[in-house]
Amino acid sequence: MTGDTPRRRVLEVEHLKVEFPTRRGNLVAVDDVSFHINEGEVLGVVGESGAGKSLTGAAIIGLLEPPGRVAGGEIRLAGRRIDDLPYERMRRVRGREIGMVFQDPLTSLNPLYTIGRQLVETLQTHGSFSEQAARRRAIELLGEVGIPSPRQRVDQFPHQFSGGMRQRVVIALALCANPRLIIADEPTTALDVSIQAQIITLLKRLCREHDAAVMLITHDMGVIAETADRVAVMYAGRLAEIGAVDDVIRRAKHPYTHGLMGSIPLIGDDTERLTQIEGAMPRLTEIPAGCAFNPRCPKAFERCRVERPELIPADGTAVACWLFDRSPSPGAAADG
Amino acid sequence: MAARPELAPLSVSFVAHAADRLRRFFDGDLFYSFRRSPVTVAAFAVTVLLFAVAALAPWVAPHNTYDVATLNLMDARLPPYGFTDQFGTPGDPRFMLGTDDQGRDILSAIMFGLQISLGVGFASVILAALFGTLLGLVSGYVGGRIDSVIMRVADVQLTFPAILIALLIDGVIGGILPRAMHEELKVYVLILAIAASQWVNFARTVRGSTLVEKSKEYVQAAKVIGVHPARIMLRHVLPNVMGPVLVIATLSLAIAVLTEATLSFLGVGVPVTRPSLGTLIRIGQQYLFSGEWWMTIFPSVALVIVVLSVNLLGDWLRDALNPKLR
Amino acid sequence: MQRLFQALIVMMVVALVSFSLFQFVGDPVNNMLGPEGTIEQREKLREKLGLNDPVPVQFVRYVANAARGDFGLSYRIGKPVDELLAERLPATVELVLVSAVIALALGVPMGVYTGLRRNAWLSRVFLTVSLVGISLPTFVIGILMILVFGVWLGWLPTFGRGGVTDIGGWQTSLLTLKGWSHIIMPAITLALFQLTLIMRLVRAEMLEVLRTDYIKFARARGLRSRSINFGHALKNTLVPVITIMGLQIGSLLAFSIITETVFSWPGMGLLFLQAIQFVDIPVMSSYLVLMALFFVLINLTVDLLYYAVDPRLRVERAGSVAH
Repeated sequence: MTGDTPRRRVLEVEHLKVEFPTRRGNLVAVDDVSFHINEGEVLGVVGESGAGKSLTGAAIIGLLEPPGRVAGGEIRLAGRRIDDLPYERMRRVRGREIGMVFQDPLTSLNPLYTIGRQLVETLQTHGSFSEQAARRRAIELLGEVGIPSPRQRVDQFPHQFSGGMRQRVVIALALCANPRLIIADEPTTALDVSIQAQIITLLKRLCREHDAAVMLITHDMGVIAETADRVAVMYAGRLAEIGAVDDVIRRAKHPYTHGLMGSIPLIGDDTERLTQIEGAMPRLTEIPAGCAFNPRCPKAFERCRVERPELIPADGTAVACWLFDRSPSPGAAADG
Repeated sequence: MAARPELAPLSVSFVAHAADRLRRFFDGDLFYSFRRSPVTVAAFAVTVLLFAVAALAPWVAPHNTYDVATLNLMDARLPPYGFTDQFGTPGDPRFMLGTDDQGRDILSAIMFGLQISLGVGFASVILAALFGTLLGLVSGYVGGRIDSVIMRVADVQLTFPAILIALLIDGVIGGILPRAMHEELKVYVLILAIAASQWVNFARTVRGSTLVEKSKEYVQAAKVIGVHPARIMLRHVLPNVMGPVLVIATLSLAIAVLTEATLSFLGVGVPVTRPSLGTLIRIGQQYLFSGEWWMTIFPSVALVIVVLSVNLLGDWLRDALNPKLR
Repeated sequence: MQRLFQALIVMMVVALVSFSLFQFVGDPVNNMLGPEGTIEQREKLREKLGLNDPVPVQFVRYVANAARGDFGLSYRIGKPVDELLAERLPATVELVLVSAVIALALGVPMGVYTGLRRNAWLSRVFLTVSLVGISLPTFVIGILMILVFGVWLGWLPTFGRGGVTDIGGWQTSLLTLKGWSHIIMPAITLALFQLTLIMRLVRAEMLEVLRTDYIKFARARGLRSRSINFGHALKNTLVPVITIMGLQIGSLLAFSIITETVFSWPGMGLLFLQAIQFVDIPVMSSYLVLMALFFVLINLTVDLLYYAVDPRLRVERAGSVAH
């Protein structure tokens, strides 16, 4: 973490809080989450379904669906605050400075318009292209993402493409205005396993070429291991652990992360049983006091049930776990 | 039930199931949103009131409009109480909403008319619901050719507006029956006609829900165990399908009442001896030009209130039961 | 192709139904001669009408006649049915057309508005009006209009078409102001129900569309609201709406019967109603066949339209889907 001057940070999220007012009270879906992404870096955000990953992404790009709203914290893009911008200003940020890729390529594209039209529209919104120039650029982009015969395909409709091809088109659309940050929300989950690798490689290559930072949201650890530089683990709307990908994966510190890594079967592994974590992630309405993971944690002790842990630096990564708290504190000592 | 012993406990468990659901209903989101919306509560209250009046008409109505002996032509064409007509004749407190050309009290006529209108509407909906749900269940569950045939028929029927179908069936069967049997059977024919125009809505929705449920694991499991298809359909699929059916039933009731009123207004609905609201409106229309507006307006208002309340209720029900909007 | 076949089947079924009407309902000879005819007269008539031939032959003859437009004579009036229908057709068609235009021109914008601006007070007004609109039966609306505009205010005439101008055999009432004053109330009455339906439909579709992923993605790309709302959302909303529109015309045709009754509008609907009451089979069956033809044609057109508008339905040329 040393050597990163704030200037090189593309995205800074500080104490982000997203809540949903319901008649049952305020549901906090993202609770005090802080992280940053540097230029050209890929940050993986992992966690189970419902952990708050997608909502974090939505909050960053300003597309939280009401009644959800940002209830606290700051989001800064290249030093500029973007969480409090009026709609029209934020609209100009979207696409131009932040691009987003969603999970299902079929439903992400308007079935009634040719993909050429959708590309041209996006290009003309963010830049001053003439009709022909935009069309030329669109064909170029299609070539960049690996669509064969782009000149013919540019006039085709989304349903004429296969799933993998469609996701390439989606990536082209997200990148066409050269944003500095790409948020990819489960970009490969809806695709065949054989295509997933291609898409991930493509994404990584393009972002490197365009010099864009990536926030890669997924629940697939394999993708993270392949692609990410750093990884953040989310649980019940909170950050459990964040650090360089090798550190987090091979030397997981948070008991939850540890459990996650242990539950991935590795080829050539001799272990007979996969690690299982007892219980399930709590629903937003039933988050326990103290550390959200404490009921399921094999190493929980008194303090875990009472005080919510902050992110504690430990050996290159940051962990939200009292096990790593070196400072003297009241309450029982940690074991192990 | 005796021939199918395995279906006997069906009824017991169904009732227990229903009772439990009722208890959960009052605790649940549905009732909450109900209480929260004053319009819906009002609509519900009005609907209940109207049904009560319709059911109790013979006892609640101030006059018995069917008893010819009580009619006095001197009382004919009186304006509502508190108004005077163009000749200066004042209204009579005995006939709060005025009288028609035969001296019948409009208020009572409306009450009896309500009985007919709601009765026919309700019966039609029940018939359509039973028939449609059954067909939908079978169509969705069994699939294959039966499904294609049923859906084809439904599609073809849907190309024609419901009212035309009701008109047709009513007219045709009415034409076939010998005049003597006409009067008594007319009402049943009408109910049949309206039901025939509505069953498709039920069938389609139930089929859709059945298809969804069919692929769920509990149904697969039951099939594997070897539970009889009828039992699967009735015990497992049907309760899950009741929600949408209820919504359709409510909206269907509104349409049925409207259809009956329209057919009666056109003269091909209920026989004149038992006038429904539609019939009253038709008769009253003739007197519109002579300035005796009450004969047609009050039954119209009653009709609109009925349909409006039922529609409001149905709307709320649909929004409340729609999982996407929660 | 499949649709065409289905359409043919429908027509056949309808023809069968109509034909059976002839066979089983009432006795045409009786109806035409009345009770006074002698037995010889009846027999002669039977021969002439071909009633002694076997049923299938009669059916074929019926269909052949129908295809030529010959439906025989009306029991009630005695004139050939096709003449009667031709007389009444323009009145109904003009009524339906004017109503359709009104319903569409008002319903679609209202629907779009309430879909886009869900919380504006005007939206709430529109929605309340629509709820009432759905609950007001057509004939009640007609009666109310007659009462207010005809009886109390005396502004508009309450029955008939007013004068008609003959254009090449088609009798139109739309070329005179008087004609318009006669058609305006029935047209609005007829349109009101459809208008609320269209409005609600467009609104529902709009709301659905606004929730889709591609709209979300469009927003994520920073497209302008105007492009999103009117370019993407509207176009996608209108596609299913177009098809419903076609069905609405059918609905209008059906409801025109009611409107014609209320306003004594001399159209086909009124004719049909009188036929039902009188059990005038030729008129009934021919109306049936005509209506069926209309509906089948409308459905075919709608299917074609859908096909033309939605690219997903167009047949793929070989080899265009590649991995």
